[in-house]
Amino acid sequence: MIRWPSIGNIHWGGFIVFAAVLLLLPLVIDTSTPTLLIIYGLFALSLGIMWGYAGLLSFGHSAYFGLGAYTYAIASVNMGESTLPLLLAIIIPAVVAAVIGAMMFYGRISDVYMGVITLVVTLIFYKFMRATAGDAYMIGDARLGGFNGIPAFPTLNVPGMPEISLFGTPTYYVCAVSLLLCYLLCRWILARSFGRVLVGIRENEARCELMGYNVPAFKTAIFSLSAGIAGLSGCFYANFNEIVTPDVFNMQMAAEVIIWVVFGGVGTLVGPIFGAAVLGYVKLLLGQQTLISPLLILGPLLIIVVLLFPRGVVQTVASWIRPNAQRRRRSGKPRRRLVLSAQGKEIT
Amino acid sequence: MDYAAVVFLEILYMISFLVLSSAGLAIVFGMMRVINLAHGEFVMLGGYITLFCHSQLGWNVYASMLIAAPIFVGVVGLVIERVVIRFLYGRIMDTMLATWGLSLFMVGIVTLVFGTSALGIPTPIPGYALGSYQMGGYNLFIIAVAIVLIVLLWCVLRFTRLGLIARGAMQSADVASSLGYNPRTVYMWTFTAGAALSGLAGGVLAPLTGLLPSSGGAFITKAFITVITGGAAVIAGTLSSSVIFGTVNQVVSFASTPVIGEIAMLAFAIILLRLMPQGITGRFFRGSA
Repeated sequence: MIRWPSIGNIHWGGFIVFAAVLLLLPLVIDTSTPTLLIIYGLFALSLGIMWGYAGLLSFGHSAYFGLGAYTYAIASVNMGESTLPLLLAIIIPAVVAAVIGAMMFYGRISDVYMGVITLVVTLIFYKFMRATAGDAYMIGDARLGGFNGIPAFPTLNVPGMPEISLFGTPTYYVCAVSLLLCYLLCRWILARSFGRVLVGIRENEARCELMGYNVPAFKTAIFSLSAGIAGLSGCFYANFNEIVTPDVFNMQMAAEVIIWVVFGGVGTLVGPIFGAAVLGYVKLLLGQQTLISPLLILGPLLIIVVLLFPRGVVQTVASWIRPNAQRRRRSGKPRRRLVLSAQGKEIT
Repeated sequence: MDYAAVVFLEILYMISFLVLSSAGLAIVFGMMRVINLAHGEFVMLGGYITLFCHSQLGWNVYASMLIAAPIFVGVVGLVIERVVIRFLYGRIMDTMLATWGLSLFMVGIVTLVFGTSALGIPTPIPGYALGSYQMGGYNLFIIAVAIVLIVLLWCVLRFTRLGLIARGAMQSADVASSLGYNPRTVYMWTFTAGAALSGLAGGVLAPLTGLLPSSGGAFITKAFITVITGGAAVIAGTLSSSVIFGTVNQVVSFASTPVIGEIAMLAFAIILLRLMPQGITGRFFRGSA
């Protein structure tokens, strides 16, 4: 949980320990809960790289999560196997995000308005999917099923062998390895000039623009990449639950992933993953009792984190453990002056 | 002819609905540049207060919705401003996150107190027949309240000293404070007034929408796009975007289904924001209140 260097050299020791723990976990405990937490972690990672490094906050990231889940369910019902649907569950959210992102970023839309648009996109999916009951809404052989969602679809199978399907521990390994690979992918991207330009855009967009970088293209690319990872996590989520309902698009899903990332710390990759795992587990525990609503815990938690731990709980605790990490310049939250384009006024 | 009148009244009702449910958010956003994501829950709370005063305490239904709901929700808003919002001025993203947490918390509290089942308040005005169509008489009341609210708001902002101070603080907080008006105090009362307006909207709309702890979500999204698309000017912005969205929603709803109407409204909002990234009043009606 130490604060890795934000760009470039990965903390290989920590990574290997983390990977070993992940891969050896099934020997010790039942894999059902860890699978879900890893799926949450992957989802949080997708928002974490976009928000933390490019400074773009999507208020409706569940749109791409849900799109991945629905794409997988629809495609696997039609194809009867899982390899191509899995790829489609990454590609289609990425393409949709690229279109929406291009519309927003080439239109020079500021961050608040981007929040509104991403939120509205999620709502459109949510409302549409809830209204798709009946035979009129079929894609190939898959009934969209409206409120009830798509229940029975083939779960993940060994590529090329539709008759050997995975469940339990093998699914856990697929998710865990995907998480590790996506983490490495994100690290690799951030270490390349592409990632450096993204951080540059976060720090000073006008300066990047003046240096000749095509800022909207970079933003669109990271948005699309992030949506692809979110789609993958949505696909795993569909497999885990063995049903897809419109609830994957709802506001709570969109809110939770933001809370996970804030909790773990914006501006890191490890933070969001841990944030998702910790809070996802808390949510499971809270879900087991009926005395109080989980919202009574999650809501105040978000307020407290924003007020008291603006760098994220994981980062703050890590800096207590390793005080010298604090010398590093705070790079996470854009807490500097906010220029509001509504009237071009500045509020400090 | 009757059909045209029905469509017209429905459009007018939808516009009034949008004006009422977004007025509180618009004031807070226009004056303070704070986007209050707990706005929908303020509206929802106003509805529950009305229900409580009307059916538990036996108050008159109009007194409950027009007086009790705004006062109670206003006080809640004041407390929230003191405890949370005032630490976050100028950090627009953080404010959105904190108020989002607040909205989750309020849903939890209301669920705890009132339960998750849907509650309702009977409409106090009976329906009437318009040609061969049966219309809700209460819709006319809502239209009237929306008109009175807009006129009142405009008068307060335009003609009173309070409105002058508020507009001054909105234009330039520094100048207002150099003239002896503490912007923090102005912000505090602005937020309280916004919350009170949300409570009023919740009370007035409750007989038509019904009450659920999660019903805030339905308000926040519509209010959110209305206010953001409207832009910074409080009254002109809210009014113009309410007219546009209300018309789009109802016309498409009449032509197809209500769900498609709502989706059309949301899609239209995206297009409008793309064309006018600073809202309608960023391009037209500049400098209006």
